[in-house]
Formats: sequence, structure tokens, C-alpha cells
Amino acid sequence: MTGTKAGTQAPAVALHHALWLRGRAAVRDLWIGGVLLALIVAFGIGSPYFLTRANWLNTSSTATEVLLLAVGETFVICAGGIDLSVGAVLGFAGTAGAWVMTQLVSGAPTGASVGVVAVGFAAAVAAGGAFGLANGFLVAWAGIPPFVVTLGTLGIATGFGYLLNNGQEISAIPGSVATFGNTNLGGWVPVPVLITAVITIWCGLLLAKTRFGAYTLSIGDSREAVVRAGINDRRYLLEIYTLSGILAGVASVLVMARLGAGSPDSGATDNLNAIAAVVIGGASLFGGRGTIIGSVIGTGIIAVLLTGLVLINVPPFWQEVAVGAVLIGAVYIDQLRNRKTSRK
Amino acid sequence: MSARLAVRDLTKHYGGVQALQGVTLHVEAGEVLGVVGDNGAGKSTMLKILSGAVFPSSGQVLLDGQPVRFATPAAAHDAGIATVYQDLALAGQRDVVANFFLGRETLSGNWLARRVGWLDGRAMAAHTVSELDRLHTRIPDVHLASRDLSGGQRQALAIARAAAWTGKVLLLDEPTSALGVEQQEQVLDLIRRVSAEGIAVILISHQMPDVLRVCDRAVVLRLGLVAANLSGTDLTSENLIGYITGAMQGGQA
Repeated sequence: MTGTKAGTQAPAVALHHALWLRGRAAVRDLWIGGVLLALIVAFGIGSPYFLTRANWLNTSSTATEVLLLAVGETFVICAGGIDLSVGAVLGFAGTAGAWVMTQLVSGAPTGASVGVVAVGFAAAVAAGGAFGLANGFLVAWAGIPPFVVTLGTLGIATGFGYLLNNGQEISAIPGSVATFGNTNLGGWVPVPVLITAVITIWCGLLLAKTRFGAYTLSIGDSREAVVRAGINDRRYLLEIYTLSGILAGVASVLVMARLGAGSPDSGATDNLNAIAAVVIGGASLFGGRGTIIGSVIGTGIIAVLLTGLVLINVPPFWQEVAVGAVLIGAVYIDQLRNRKTSRK
Repeated sequence: MSARLAVRDLTKHYGGVQALQGVTLHVEAGEVLGVVGDNGAGKSTMLKILSGAVFPSSGQVLLDGQPVRFATPAAAHDAGIATVYQDLALAGQRDVVANFFLGRETLSGNWLARRVGWLDGRAMAAHTVSELDRLHTRIPDVHLASRDLSGGQRQALAIARAAAWTGKVLLLDEPTSALGVEQQEQVLDLIRRVSAEGIAVILISHQMPDVLRVCDRAVVLRLGLVAANLSGTDLTSENLIGYITGAMQGGQA
């Protein structure tokens, strides 16, 4: 390009370049959605049982727990943090909720004691929120790195969960808990799936369309810029970690409702799956970038892998291998594309 | 008629180190004042005091003739003094609109929307476009991530943002140091336009050509004192360099 021509061509080139850069985020969501679709088609061909109602119900019930954790984790990761404690908090919150119910009924659990169940559910959500609050406080005010804080609370929540009933699950809770968890609307929409969908849509709008979401992303991108703009970054970090804890509490209610018991181990494997889902969904572990729709697709990929591999008779131990490989592959491809399209 | 911003006998010492030893200067509305000096002359300390980042040891800061004392950068900001540091404080992955409105977002009109903090994205984008156009910045698309802009465009965004939200005094710390020639020129144009709107601009710079091109007046700091106050025909490269190095001597002007 010669010097004189550069001047006249520059605006057109810049605009074209601008549109290309803007499209990049949409393309990211699209290709990872394509991977999910390809997996569904492949498993559908590989097994006659994959595209059935029974498998949908099975897959979706696994996915709801991971998705709720992943949604909270999306906010935390977008804010440049990490919450390793969500799985352990899920286990503790569910056990705590069940423990509260047993204290209230103190005897043989009756069939339908709505008040007791409501208090137990509220206690579970509050227990999750309390851990989130502690995480947020330690990250924002004490200035301890999120990895360290939440690794610590992971241990603490796990220990508290075991302490409540000597490491055993608590199953002496009203039967209406399980009834609630296994209610199915129209045969295809279990109540836990409906609740998860509503919360996920709400959080998707919260992240993408509100000031809270904008600050979440900006804090993760440049905390310095946020502080200089006069924004109370600590308050928002506290709220972000608390949201993650509350969602772990809600997830614990849904797990409790599915199992009919509160188990301290119930979130043990959900932890890394949730983080993997968020990262597969295109969020940056350095903060500043991520979407709830991406995390939904990431969760979908993991859930489909977990159930699909079983159906095509792959030994279940390969599930974890597959999730790990997809995680690394997704991040690698994302980096490659960023390198190619970014100007510098 | 008092100056838009004035400092009187400003001193600052860090332990035994005298960073400022009694600086007096002023800047009028619509004026571009250059502040030059060698490393350690006190430029950064001045900037930090005016932007509310540090307290002076003694002396006064007067805004429109009223003594002011800023406890925090936010307080200086609220009083109408904005600072653009060299690092620009932009969120790289966030788009131009998000950066332009950071901390001052527009919410949608109705009660529920305000309650949940729902952003009025369309109004924010439109306002960003009109503000950037008014200052003739060449940013092709306000939905681009700020890191995908050129260095000059990023600088322009940071200056336009500061100018849009403050309105009285704009402090610029080495705004052209990292830029190519053409982009430097664009940023200098932008500084002229900002000052034409009645904002007092203080330009801290090592680049003598920039100071000569865009400043109405320049103050030379040397060893924490004002070595010279140059304007009109006295504002020449030889004089600036002479006073900066100490080859030429002069008192408080």
C-alpha cells in the first residue's frame, strides 16, 4: 500500500476490520454450540437410546446441578476470580438444610410438612450464601487471592458438611422434598430443570444487560480502571462471590430434592465440571470475558459427554478423560483464533 | 477574575526529600498549559496533588478562586478535575461504550429497570458516538473492544471520556509518548478541541515539539521550583531546554 492511497483506504479497511472483530464473539458462541450439536447428533447415531425422553431426563438432572454452579462461576471468572469452593459448598448447604429439617421434625418425618421443608430449603440457600459472603469478604477486603480463599473454604465447607452427621448423609427428611424434586411437568420438564432455566435466563440478562454485569466484566478486565472510575469494586466483588454461594445453595436444594437426602459428598465432582463448563463456554480465566449462554453450552457438552459415552458402551472412567480433553482443546482453539484475528 | 485552577506556594516532601519547594502557577479556562521539566523536577508530584492522589505538605490549591483539598481522586473528579494517566485506565476487552460510560452508566427509564440496573445500551451508544464525533476522534465503531483500537484511538477515547465527564480541568500525563507521528497529531488536535470548549488543560510532557504546538503557555519545573513561565515569543525550544537543564536561570515568573 502506498502512502497516498493509505489515507483514502484506511476508513473502509478500519470499518471492515471493526465488523470482523465484533463478529468474533458471536463466532465463538456459534462454534462451541456447533460442537454441542455435533456431539448430540453423533451420540444419537451411536445409540438408539440417546435421543429418548428417559435419557433427556437423566442428562438434564445431571446438568441442572452443574449449570447452577457454572452460572455463579461465570460471574466469578468474568470478574477475574475463581471459586473452587462451589462443589463443597453445595454438599455442605444440602446437608445443613437437611439437618435443619431433622431438628424441626425431631422424630419420624411426616409426609407433607410444607413449613419445615421451606425452612430447610431457606437454610440451605442461606448456608451457601454465607460461604459466598465469606469468600467475597476475604477476596475483596483481606486481599487474599481467590484461588487461596476458595481452596480454603472448599476444605472448610467439606469438613463442616461431614461434621453435621459424622460424614453420613441425612435422609430423615420429609418425603415431600423428594416429591417436589421428582415432579415432572408434561413429562419433559422436571421442576428442578424449570427452576434452573428461570435462574439461568435471569442471570444471563444480569450479566449481559445490567450495570452489575457490566461492572463484573470490567472488574475482571481492569480493576484499576474500575477503581479510578470511582466504582466501589469491593462491594461488587462481595456481591459476585455471594451470588455464586447462593446459587450453590439453590443447587444443593435441587440435589437434595432429587436424592431425598442431604449428602455432604453430593457436590464433589460438580466443582471442576462447573469451572470446565464456563471455560469451554468461552470465558477467560483472566477475567473480562464470558457469557451465560456460553456456560450453558459448556455445561451441555459436559452433560452430553457424561451420559452419551455410557450409552455407547464406553467404560464410565473415560468420561473424566473426555471432559478434560475437551476443556484443553476448547481453550487451545480459542487461543489460536484470538491470535489470528487480533491486530497485535 | 480568578483563574480556573491555581496553586500557591505548593510544597511536598517525602521524608527528607523535597519534591516541591513552593510552586505557584495557574491555568485559565480554555487555556492549554504545558508543564515540563527533567525527571525528578516535581511534575509527577504536582499531578498527583492536583488529581487528589496525594496531599501537599503546605500551600493551596484554588479552583475558581475557592481553596479546595481533595481527600481522594474521586473527590477531585467530582469537583471537575479529570486526570488521564499514561496507562489510560481502559478495560481492554470491554467495548468503547462501556469504557466511555464506566461508572456513569445510563439506566433505562422505568422504575423496574432502574431497580435492577438495566442499562439503556442504545442511548449509551448514541451518546458515545455523538461525543466522539463532536471531538472528531477517529474511532470506527463504538462496539469495538478498546484493545482493538490503535494507540492513538485509545488515547483519544481516554481523553474524550475525561473531558465529557468533568468539564473544568483536564490533566494529561504524557499523552503522546507511546504514539506514532500521525497519531500524535490526532491527539494534539483533540487537546485543542477540548480546550476550545472552555476546559483548562494541563499537559505534562517530555515532548518539546508537542508543547510548542499545542500549549498557550508553559511552566518549566526544576528541582521542585518554577524555573520559568514562558509564553508568546519566549515559548521556544531553546528556552524550554535551557531552563529544563538549568543552563538558563530565572526566578518565579
